[in-house]
Amino acid sequence: MTDTPATRPGTPPKTPEEHLFEDTKLHLFRRYAAERRFRLYGQIAIMVALGMLGVMLFTIVGNGWKGFLQTYVALDVYLDPAKIDPAGARDEAKLRNADYLPLIKDALDEAVPGVTERAERRLLTGFLRNNPTVPVRDFVLENPHLIGTTQRIWIATSDDIDVFAKGGYDRAMPEGDRRIKDIEIAWYDMLWNAGRIEVRFSDVLFSAGDSREPENAGLLGAIMGSVFTLLVCLIITLPIGVLAAIYLEEFAPKNRISDFIEVNINNLAAVPSIVFGLLGLAIFLQFFGMPRSAPVVGGTVLALLVLPTIIISARAALKAVPPSIREAARGVGASELQVVTHHVLPLAMPGIMTGTIIGMAHALGETAPLLMIGMVAFIVNVPEGFTDSATVLPVQIFLWSDSPERAFVAKTSAAIMVLLGFLILMNLAAIMIRRRFERRW
Amino acid sequence: MAFDMQRAKESEKMSTAEAAPAPILTRVTVAARGAATAPANAGAKFHAKGVNVFYGAKQALFDVSLDIRDKGVTALIGPSGCGKSTFLRCLNRMNDTIAGARVEGTIELDGKSIYDRHVDPVQLRARVGMVFQKPNPFPKSIFENIAYGPRIHGHARSKAELAAIVERSLVRAGLWNEVKDRLDDPGTSLSGGQQQRLCIARAIAVEPEVILMDEPCSALDPIATARIEELIDELRTRFCIIIVTHSMQQAARVSQNTAFFHMGVLVEEGATENVFTNPSDQRTQDYITGRFG
Repeated sequence: MTDTPATRPGTPPKTPEEHLFEDTKLHLFRRYAAERRFRLYGQIAIMVALGMLGVMLFTIVGNGWKGFLQTYVALDVYLDPAKIDPAGARDEAKLRNADYLPLIKDALDEAVPGVTERAERRLLTGFLRNNPTVPVRDFVLENPHLIGTTQRIWIATSDDIDVFAKGGYDRAMPEGDRRIKDIEIAWYDMLWNAGRIEVRFSDVLFSAGDSREPENAGLLGAIMGSVFTLLVCLIITLPIGVLAAIYLEEFAPKNRISDFIEVNINNLAAVPSIVFGLLGLAIFLQFFGMPRSAPVVGGTVLALLVLPTIIISARAALKAVPPSIREAARGVGASELQVVTHHVLPLAMPGIMTGTIIGMAHALGETAPLLMIGMVAFIVNVPEGFTDSATVLPVQIFLWSDSPERAFVAKTSAAIMVLLGFLILMNLAAIMIRRRFERRW
Repeated sequence: MAFDMQRAKESEKMSTAEAAPAPILTRVTVAARGAATAPANAGAKFHAKGVNVFYGAKQALFDVSLDIRDKGVTALIGPSGCGKSTFLRCLNRMNDTIAGARVEGTIELDGKSIYDRHVDPVQLRARVGMVFQKPNPFPKSIFENIAYGPRIHGHARSKAELAAIVERSLVRAGLWNEVKDRLDDPGTSLSGGQQQRLCIARAIAVEPEVILMDEPCSALDPIATARIEELIDELRTRFCIIIVTHSMQQAARVSQNTAFFHMGVLVEEGATENVFTNPSDQRTQDYITGRFG
């Protein structure tokens, strides 16, 4: 931008002042043009980023809403006392172990009459979810006084019917290309016209553990696993991270050793997470013999992963407390520890909390190290403690995305939405804390 | 911690502009009045001998020897970077907290070395309070600002006693009438001048013997400055006050003794009226007449 404009032929020679003026004008024009260009680049970059985010959210939500819903079929089940409670004692243990399948078959025959062929009858039973007796049994256990009456009970359909109900299969498709037979479509239409089919919020998604059958698979096991894992992680990282940050920031002498530690903490934050998983496998499982697949190990491994982040953010928060506050406290005779505990730490606390929550959000989304310590197992039971076998939300997403059943596609997206929901909640909490306690000096 | 050092330096830079040439004589009369009310040669509170201070490899003070008398105001003047703040911060060992700072020589308070191994800097700072250039109240209530010092030193046995200390300190700092109805308001809600008086009240709440003031008025407007100067004049009967200032007028107005520092060397010290009217060193003469600084 330093070149001067060449004098055009035919124009009168200009005074130096005029030259200067022209130069400046040209310069100014170029400067503004550069500014406009730069602004445009920035806007394009943001548009691209927003567009990609939009596409991602659109795909996830477009698939995921189906995962929250489940197709149910209503059956009028006669709770035959002769079949489920021949003794008439209404004994809970007996009721629990009674065979409800004949009742359901009878109810199915009543809802879809005229199915006699063996193969078709099997197909008809397969219209319902795997283990269709569970909702009936639960209903009876809850209302034993209704035995002997006919009750309308909503039972989830099988995953294929569910996918069909949500528009997953085209009716025009040749029968051999879809996993649902023409006769099943006919039954579906019949039940639909009778008002016996409804698509509503899934009752298993937030109340059941994992399952091989999409219609029975829920997220509660993974959510509880994540909660336990994060609790362990928080209990370990918060005190260690904050104490380390306070020591390094306020007390440690500045010398080669503290420089070395600082560099290593920063490096640790950049170590690939799978490495921490291997470390956990070698140390916690092999050496200390801690339980495999347990939140206590997962939390410890994630603690190693998150610790550098928390130390760095806590140090930044401590550093942000103005030195004048420290001087004021020292000036009235506070000891170094009192300066920190009475003044610096309370002022840095919002920043530390924000960093911790963001670190926890990071831990919540982490998958790779947990694969190494066995938290990738297929676990049906909802964990009830820190040493129960468990999996976590992101690993659950990984497991479901790997499953061949078509209904798991929607379930996977739904699980992603749940995970994103938790992450957004945590980040919102961090932002609110920052807003609430923001201080200006 | 390196930041403190930088800040201390900046603070010296900032208010250089105040040291404009000014008619000295009118101030001398004020100073003379001040000098007349205090005995000329009271016992020395601080006795500094051969003090050298290093920040890393850089030497900031060269062989400074200075006696500071009790009950009165001693002003440390000089151009930016001359070492006056450094010297002040030696007196309550605030330099200890700066990484790489090293102090040589002896500084005695009431005849006892403050750099002795047995002296606890925390205890020393309770005896030698400090007021800083920028008002720095704690981001807590006005009451808590004052009560903090007495509380950590265990001066108050009961809440009533603590409240009495807070009131007494605020009264002495001339702030009581302005804040007595809002002691629970944050200290940072006060105006700049009020904040600085709050900081003075906070310093005197722990009953120190000496109050160090590091350019206490350089961040304040002239009216707030006048108010602080009045306050200093009232406090000097009870405390030994050492004030670093860039304003020679202020030094002339509030101090009885003046020490002039230049390039880390103590050039001249003595009764304020002597230093200002009859300086013995050419550099002092040049500085107070505004030829440099």
